[in-house]
Amino acid sequence: MNPERSKSYPLRRRAVVKELLAQRGDALVVAGLGAPAWDVTAAGDMPLNFPLWGAMGGAVPLGLGLALAQPSRRVLVITGDGEMLMGLGSLATVATQRPPNLAIVVLDNERYGETGMQLTHTAGGVDLGAIAAASGIPICNTVSDKKSFKSVIPQIQKEVGPLFFNIKVRAEDLPLVLPPKDGAHLKERFRLALIGEP
Amino acid sequence: MTSLASEIWPQDIYQVLVENRVRQVAYIPDIGHAALIKMCHQNNHMQTVVLTTEEEGVALLAGAWLGGDRGALLMQSSGVGNCINMLSLTRVCRLPLLILVTMRGEWGEFNPWQVPMGQNSNPVLTAAGVLTFTVNDIDRIKETVKAAAKMAFEGPAAAAVLISQRILGAKTFGR
Repeated sequence: MNPERSKSYPLRRRAVVKELLAQRGDALVVAGLGAPAWDVTAAGDMPLNFPLWGAMGGAVPLGLGLALAQPSRRVLVITGDGEMLMGLGSLATVATQRPPNLAIVVLDNERYGETGMQLTHTAGGVDLGAIAAASGIPICNTVSDKKSFKSVIPQIQKEVGPLFFNIKVRAEDLPLVLPPKDGAHLKERFRLALIGEP
Repeated sequence: MTSLASEIWPQDIYQVLVENRVRQVAYIPDIGHAALIKMCHQNNHMQTVVLTTEEEGVALLAGAWLGGDRGALLMQSSGVGNCINMLSLTRVCRLPLLILVTMRGEWGEFNPWQVPMGQNSNPVLTAAGVLTFTVNDIDRIKETVKAAAKMAFEGPAAAAVLISQRILGAKTFGR
């Protein structure tokens, strides 16, 4: 375990998410609980965002169900390393289903950010990109600097998937930018915007 | 129970799923669901999704509903406990969820490791806010799944049908 390493990573999570979503087109966005949900909201709250406030480990399978239901839309799951570690099995399920429209982005700061910045397993030797690749997800990559991040943006937005990108981001405390927390409201506004019924 | 009836009930459930326009069928297999799973696999309008843990199915079908698809989640009673925290998603977002549970550890069970969840699936689901429908009589399976599906999709609500081991027959592994 290396408690200092991620404090000096060059990529900053808010800028990464802002850039990813700047040209989201008609993508459907699922955000894992905690900091990824705040990051997505900081980039602009909108009906076709589905930010989770709980359901830890559920971001990827939720994105999978959505991707299967909406094969003509890009589905982008943005989650954290702690949340992803709780649902590793879902990567095997995604690889088996092979939805071409699903992209998974993990913002890996090697911390449980909401609970006091305790280290996750990725602060040691656990490599989420390698786990995704070994699960059989065809396109997987770990990104840790600005140049390679710029080069993968078009892939995340358009490449035939499923894709998995583990983005190493700096461990930092940021101001909270909270989405609505009424789950029924989040569901209804999402479905209204997508299929025209609540 | 005649052998004929035991062959018909999975078909009855399948029909209810078709009538309810279920598009995504997620499961961890159980021998009690084997025939139903086979039928779902053969239907080109149904997407079958094998899970690594049952809670994945709860999240998967939440995403399915967000995208306009109806789903069903098949599991054995031992899988019920795996779902509990993920059912917060179903409850807080007021999502429909149809769960079909085949029971173990409930009646004539030879494996004691199945007994804790076999005895507790119903109260645990109830505590998590899921409507439960226990069915002990083979002739009542179809109407029960129909009733549960109606309350799930028209509620919306989480509804689970618990199919008794009396119907499935106790597994013996040849003992």
